[in-house]
Amino acid sequence: MKKILILFAHPTFHKSRINKKLIDAIENIKGVTINNLYENYPDFFINIKKEQKLLIEHDVVVWHHPFYWYSAPAIIHEWMDLVLEHGFAYGINGKTLTGKIAISVISTGGKKEVYCKEGRNHFTINQFLTPFEQSANLCGMTYLPPFVVHGSHTISDEEIELHTQMYRDLIILLRDEKVDIFKLLPKEYSNDLFVKYV
Amino acid sequence: MYNQDFFFQALIYLVAAVISVPIAKKMGLGSVLGYLLAGVIIGPFVLHLVGSEAGEVMHFAEFGVVLMLFVIGLELQPSLLWKMRKSIFGLGGLQVLITSIVIAGVALLFNFKINRAIAIGLILALSSTAIVLQTLSEKGLMRNIAGKSAFSVLLFQDMAVIPILAILPILATMGISANIPDSALNDITGIASLPGWIQLLIIISVIASIIFVGRFVARYIFRFIAETGLHEVFTALALLMVIGIALAMDQIGLSPALGTFIAGVVLADNEYRHELETTIDPFKGLLLGLFFISVGASINFFVLIENPFQIMGFVMLLIVLKFSVLLVLGRLFRLKKGYEFLFAFLLAQSSEFAFVLISFSKQNQLFDDRTAGLLLLVVTLSMVISPLLLIFNDKAISPILARWQNKLEYDEIDEQENPVIIAGFGRFGLVIGRILLANNFNVTIIDSNPTNVEILRKYGFKLFFGDVTRPRVLEKAGIKNARMLILSMAEYDEALKVAKIVRKKYPDVEILARAKDIFNVFEFFNLKVKNVQREMFNSATELGAKALTNLGFTRYEAYRAARTFKHHEDEVVQELYKHWQEDEKRFIQETRRFSEQLSETLQAEKNYSIHDGDDAWDVNSLRNEVISKSETDN
Repeated sequence: MKKILILFAHPTFHKSRINKKLIDAIENIKGVTINNLYENYPDFFINIKKEQKLLIEHDVVVWHHPFYWYSAPAIIHEWMDLVLEHGFAYGINGKTLTGKIAISVISTGGKKEVYCKEGRNHFTINQFLTPFEQSANLCGMTYLPPFVVHGSHTISDEEIELHTQMYRDLIILLRDEKVDIFKLLPKEYSNDLFVKYV
Repeated sequence: MYNQDFFFQALIYLVAAVISVPIAKKMGLGSVLGYLLAGVIIGPFVLHLVGSEAGEVMHFAEFGVVLMLFVIGLELQPSLLWKMRKSIFGLGGLQVLITSIVIAGVALLFNFKINRAIAIGLILALSSTAIVLQTLSEKGLMRNIAGKSAFSVLLFQDMAVIPILAILPILATMGISANIPDSALNDITGIASLPGWIQLLIIISVIASIIFVGRFVARYIFRFIAETGLHEVFTALALLMVIGIALAMDQIGLSPALGTFIAGVVLADNEYRHELETTIDPFKGLLLGLFFISVGASINFFVLIENPFQIMGFVMLLIVLKFSVLLVLGRLFRLKKGYEFLFAFLLAQSSEFAFVLISFSKQNQLFDDRTAGLLLLVVTLSMVISPLLLIFNDKAISPILARWQNKLEYDEIDEQENPVIIAGFGRFGLVIGRILLANNFNVTIIDSNPTNVEILRKYGFKLFFGDVTRPRVLEKAGIKNARMLILSMAEYDEALKVAKIVRKKYPDVEILARAKDIFNVFEFFNLKVKNVQREMFNSATELGAKALTNLGFTRYEAYRAARTFKHHEDEVVQELYKHWQEDEKRFIQETRRFSEQLSETLQAEKNYSIHDGDDAWDVNSLRNEVISKSETDN
């Protein structure tokens, strides 16, 4: 059984519709630790030692956040700046994270069709997430395709329910090592493991 | 060999004090009443363990009052004293003048001759510095407006003793001009026989030299003695100074208490002030206790029994007269909302100076034995009753006033119960209240200072006036249905008391508390109150960060340094709490509290060094790796 660390960041969690449900769905799963960064570090003063200890204790790292300016809310970046230290996460002596799995879980306002060359945002989600992908690579981690919930402003409750169920299933599969990583890696989103996202 | 008699006497006084004072305090009567009752019990009327020498003991113990004024002076910077000039001379002057006239007028009605009536008025107009100040400091009322006003009046009275001493012999000659022995006048003071202008010159030069020595010389002497490290010599020096000043003042005919008070004020800016205070404090406390006991022991119950109704009638009359004058003056000087009552009750008794003045008048044949004895008894009884008056004020008058003033508020509170109650709405509570209100939380505020209540009510705060330690006030404020109680008052011991009561009776109410220092924090921790904030710590770290910025840190570097320190301190506090729990019963003397905290935190800092440098965003190790790699590549 693998242990899963959710690094969750949402500065206005109390107003959230989608992420609240997503978090609720995985909260009580055994083996899952939710690290709510804005809740734990309202002053952005991240406890580096404590966070590194958490990383050591877990096998799967999930960056879970809404998509802000085609990237993550500021505290995720602060977390990466401070916790992924040279000599811990990367560099000749930084092998702590090698072999672990990383994945981004995001929600976006735009629908899937605007995230392509011809669409309003010109780039795909996977292109926008390359900094995360390469950061994971540098740390010797396997970066899985992202789990995405699009169209957060217009999405129906039924659709949210669907994604919530998929998220829960994905986490349990990862925990129980029931995911065939090599089959998953070529997919665009991790959602596609269940239904092709359109 | 030993003076057996002396030790036996000491034994009796100490046993009486040790037994009766804690009992009186537990019963909520205050220490003054405890001492007085102890005196009554060991006195000639009950156990007869001490007899006529109680009078001498009293005279000796009056020195406690002198020490007390010295200590009070130490806490009063000259600038503060200057600010009080209006209430000292205005309020104090009017109090002495009007009360004297009123009492003299009543004395005339009782067929006293005019000169005697005036003397009685002057003597009884004074109030007891010892009782009032002891009560004020015990109840933490020293900084309260009523307390300050009372103190101003007492200060004026202390000064007024001098002219009164001069007037009494003149009054005596008015009555029976032929019969006054010259010596009586000379007895007043050693220098009284000199011409007036020389007397004045001497007085001015003595006071000037006290000020000069205190200002410019004292610190060198203190430093010299302190550097020897012999604490008892420092104690000796402190006592020497106070006794010396007292004697000098006595010699020139001024009140010793006034002289040491001036010395205290002069030394208030001195760096050894705290040390002096700690040194003198135990002497002061013991002597005052002794003084109160001897007052209790000197009550002549035999006279009282002969004429109980008449004498109690006089006592009540005296208190009513003084009280009424004080109440009117208090109002006139803008004491409102129950403070005028507190002020009037505080000062409604007669003074220990009266003992001196009465025997002096007897010497001058102003009073006969019977009158003097009667006056002494009335004065003493009024002093014994005065702590009871304050209890009466606390239990009866202020609740009625509070209800009367909060009639509307009470009704509103009853229908709409707010989720948050804030107890104590000074500088600290105000910030919390504003934050909550700005975020649309309805807040009920309990404060004991009615001036604030008035202002804040205007701006829509739901406030009411009362004493949180009384369970009834909390109930009225809606504690039953509140989610949270915030103890932001500066009366830390009372806050603990309230927390204890609320924990027990309303376990669902979340308690947040303001704490004085870490020991106070631990006391709250013990009551399972986890949200405790030390009142000074955060603002001090912020100023610390500003200091670092000014020393060349970038602002973010300084901010991180201060934050790191704060988080580090949180760990230290947790660590110290564990230690404290092992040894929590240990008694930390109030004056030692800060140095204990200092040594313990610094020690903990040494032991649990969490002060690694801030390595965040540091690129040194990366740079080294890149350089060494490029070297091997070449």
